[in-house]
Amino acid sequence: MASVPTAVGAPAERREGREKVTGTARYAAEQPQPGRLHARPVPATIARGRVTGIDTAAALEMPGVLTVLTPENAPRLAEPDDPTLALLQDSRVPHHGWFVALVVAETLEAARAGAAAVRVRYAAEDHDVTLTASHPQAYVPEEANGGYPARSERGEPDAAFGSAAVRVDAEYRVPPLHNHPMEPHATTAHWDGERLTVHNSSQGSTAVRATLAQMFALPEERITVVAEHVGGGFGSKGTPRPDVVLAAMAARHTGRPVTVALPRRFLPTVVGHRAPTLQRVRLGADADGRLTSLIHEVTTRTSRLKEFVEQAAVPARIMYASPHSRTLHRVVPLDVPSPSWMRAPGEAPGMYALESAMDELAGELGMDPVELRILNEPDTEPDSGRPFSSRHVVECLREGARRFEWLSRDPRPRSRREGPLLVGSGVASATYPVQVWPSTAEARALPDGGFLVRINATDIGTGARTVLAQIAADVLAVPLDRVRIQVGSSDLPPAPLAGGSSGTASWGWSVHEASSQLAARLAEHSGPLPEDGLAARADTTGKADADSPWSRHAFGAHFAEVGVDTVTGEVRVRRLLGVYAAGRILNARTARSQFVGGMTMGLGMALTEGSTTDEAFGDFAESDLASYHVPAHADVRDVQAHWIDEDDPHLNPMGSKGIGEIGIVGTAAAIGNAVHHAIGVRLRELPLTPDRVLAALADRGGKGR
Amino acid sequence: MDSHQHQDEGPATRHRSETTLRVNGKPHTLTVDHRRVLLDVLREDLDLFGAKKGCDHGQCGACTVLVDGRRLNSCLLLAIALDGCEVTTVEGLSGDGEDLHPLQRAFLDRDAFQCGYCTPGQICSALGAIAEASAGHPSHVTDPTAPSGEPVPLDRDEIRERLSGNLCRCGAYPRIVDAVEDVIE
Repeated sequence: MASVPTAVGAPAERREGREKVTGTARYAAEQPQPGRLHARPVPATIARGRVTGIDTAAALEMPGVLTVLTPENAPRLAEPDDPTLALLQDSRVPHHGWFVALVVAETLEAARAGAAAVRVRYAAEDHDVTLTASHPQAYVPEEANGGYPARSERGEPDAAFGSAAVRVDAEYRVPPLHNHPMEPHATTAHWDGERLTVHNSSQGSTAVRATLAQMFALPEERITVVAEHVGGGFGSKGTPRPDVVLAAMAARHTGRPVTVALPRRFLPTVVGHRAPTLQRVRLGADADGRLTSLIHEVTTRTSRLKEFVEQAAVPARIMYASPHSRTLHRVVPLDVPSPSWMRAPGEAPGMYALESAMDELAGELGMDPVELRILNEPDTEPDSGRPFSSRHVVECLREGARRFEWLSRDPRPRSRREGPLLVGSGVASATYPVQVWPSTAEARALPDGGFLVRINATDIGTGARTVLAQIAADVLAVPLDRVRIQVGSSDLPPAPLAGGSSGTASWGWSVHEASSQLAARLAEHSGPLPEDGLAARADTTGKADADSPWSRHAFGAHFAEVGVDTVTGEVRVRRLLGVYAAGRILNARTARSQFVGGMTMGLGMALTEGSTTDEAFGDFAESDLASYHVPAHADVRDVQAHWIDEDDPHLNPMGSKGIGEIGIVGTAAAIGNAVHHAIGVRLRELPLTPDRVLAALADRGGKGR
Repeated sequence: MDSHQHQDEGPATRHRSETTLRVNGKPHTLTVDHRRVLLDVLREDLDLFGAKKGCDHGQCGACTVLVDGRRLNSCLLLAIALDGCEVTTVEGLSGDGEDLHPLQRAFLDRDAFQCGYCTPGQICSALGAIAEASAGHPSHVTDPTAPSGEPVPLDRDEIRERLSGNLCRCGAYPRIVDAVEDVIE
């Protein structure tokens, strides 16, 4: 056994890679079945009100159009926990783009033409779609997303801020942002009598099955939800979205298989978005740079349908030692689409503000921003007082500074000019909580000498198949190629979603345990295995969700170098370097890709991604990929991810922390700080588009600052 | 509009025409809806799902295929306008007896993808870009003083520029450039 190489940590190639590069991997809409139909939703064209009538005659006359589902004739569903799934159940229009009908047709073309021919009459009502920090309906909720208390206070933060030797008081704005996975949300649904099978682009099909069972009043055993290949999600496929409900309804109504593939430009409205945040950060410090007060207050918005509160002030409870602190979330319900999770909800926008403010404080103090952060490193988690299970943010900052050659920079803003360019560099820290949920898994030894691991994990591009097989191979002490793995179907042992950077920890724990039990059984077994092998099944309930006395977080540090064109206002990121401390890295190859991917999304957040709420309709002006600019090849030059080995016994049997989200967390702040260093002007609203940069440069020139 | 008159006649034949495409070397004669784009012919009529529908508007590049050797967004091409064209999709890249095209192999070696949804388009687009550069087509970042008509060397800036029509939300860009560099002579 000693001769078996350790699989965990090795850069094993993605197991489904061959299918993906040859085009044979099938995604949710790519499920041809005899008689399959296509359905296309009809979005509401008013901001708020009621549907008073739907004329479907012209649509129904079109060749190939079978039926039009409306609140009049759509199947009645049980009320879902998530109100955004109560589709075609009543005449209310809670926001622009809400689906009011569904055209079901023989072909994609007929469905599209049919949807265009549906005539909807409305009774419009006055709407309110504008978020302001002083909005009269703003309130402090019980909790923010993730179950965090909306408000937390220690000491006397206002008094401490008022008497601080050095102060920063700044407001930052992050606009609505869109997940935009490359595969639009899609479902193919098929009923066989009272049995429902759906192929659904989802981050977790066990939960999709539970939702469908509840809404369609079916026992879960009669539902199979398959999510074998998923073209990204970034939070927007974390729970069921409208496509799966509409497809199941249309398939039941017509008695034929139905695919609902949402058009790209519908996604921003109906699959959730990162809510905009208006953030005020106040930092008070003594003359040496030690924080005496940290106040982070966030105002965000939600829809009329449900309360979702982007927890942007939460990272301020973890990052820095300060004897006095207040973190607060306020939310305003508006007639807008429902926000939801987008990669690092809370941490990504919150750390943009906090880490920008720390940079401003470093400037006020005349301190190096790396040293300021290190000076304010806490001994225990500031808000809870709990000890950290492991915290190596200082090591990340030091290692990043070394690799980036941080100390060679001239710290003075506007000190490096190259022709029309001003060049600058910036730093920011990152944090993301360790999350882990109970999971089940089965490991089986087969008579042919192979092993089979079964678990309803979802591989949305993370490499879940690969890393889970590595974990099993290590526990079983067998070569990696002896382990087969099945994921991506609700018929497999139930497992939680690929979200919250929790997948590998949650699934891996149960795979580890099932494999350990199997190894023990095999050790006691003598003679050949029975025909169906020998199996062990694990359930980590009670372990994975047990209370921990430890504060558990991944940390990181981001460094960015930018060139700012003083003629065009264009910002280009020349170098982006991240160093992470995220427990044990289980697959160097796929981990690096995830870190780099997160940083790339952070680059978009900093420079190109921004959505605007149309005042007339409350919906997004940038609804497609031509107007909402996700980073393209030319935007992404030198992006490097490194990590520090961390040995943390308080996590899970693998010793891993999540890595899917931390890459985005501090990136926008690092780039923003680099822009400030380059041009000597602080921009506090994302994204840093040429118009804003030019205005800032002109403003600076005018004032002669 | 008198389309309702056709309702009982099955498919509305006056909105459909015959067209012949060669796809991955095989001829296909199809009667297609005039509104049908090449992407939907591949996916709905030929069960070739390698070309992906990311936006259906020519904005993301996931549907990129080679048409008569040129890379094009198949979501923007009406199928009836392609009569007689030679179409190559990601499924047709490896020749007879070959396991994988070298670029497909390079994508695996470099981990040049995560979710895989943009991957077929990235691969087809890169092959088209390499051919364009060999044929001397300049790009936005090509040195303006470079001799016209000569093959353009593809450094990383050139690769990035030429592949910028192919979006990847997972952020595999640096790895994709690595993979493309691997197959350039």
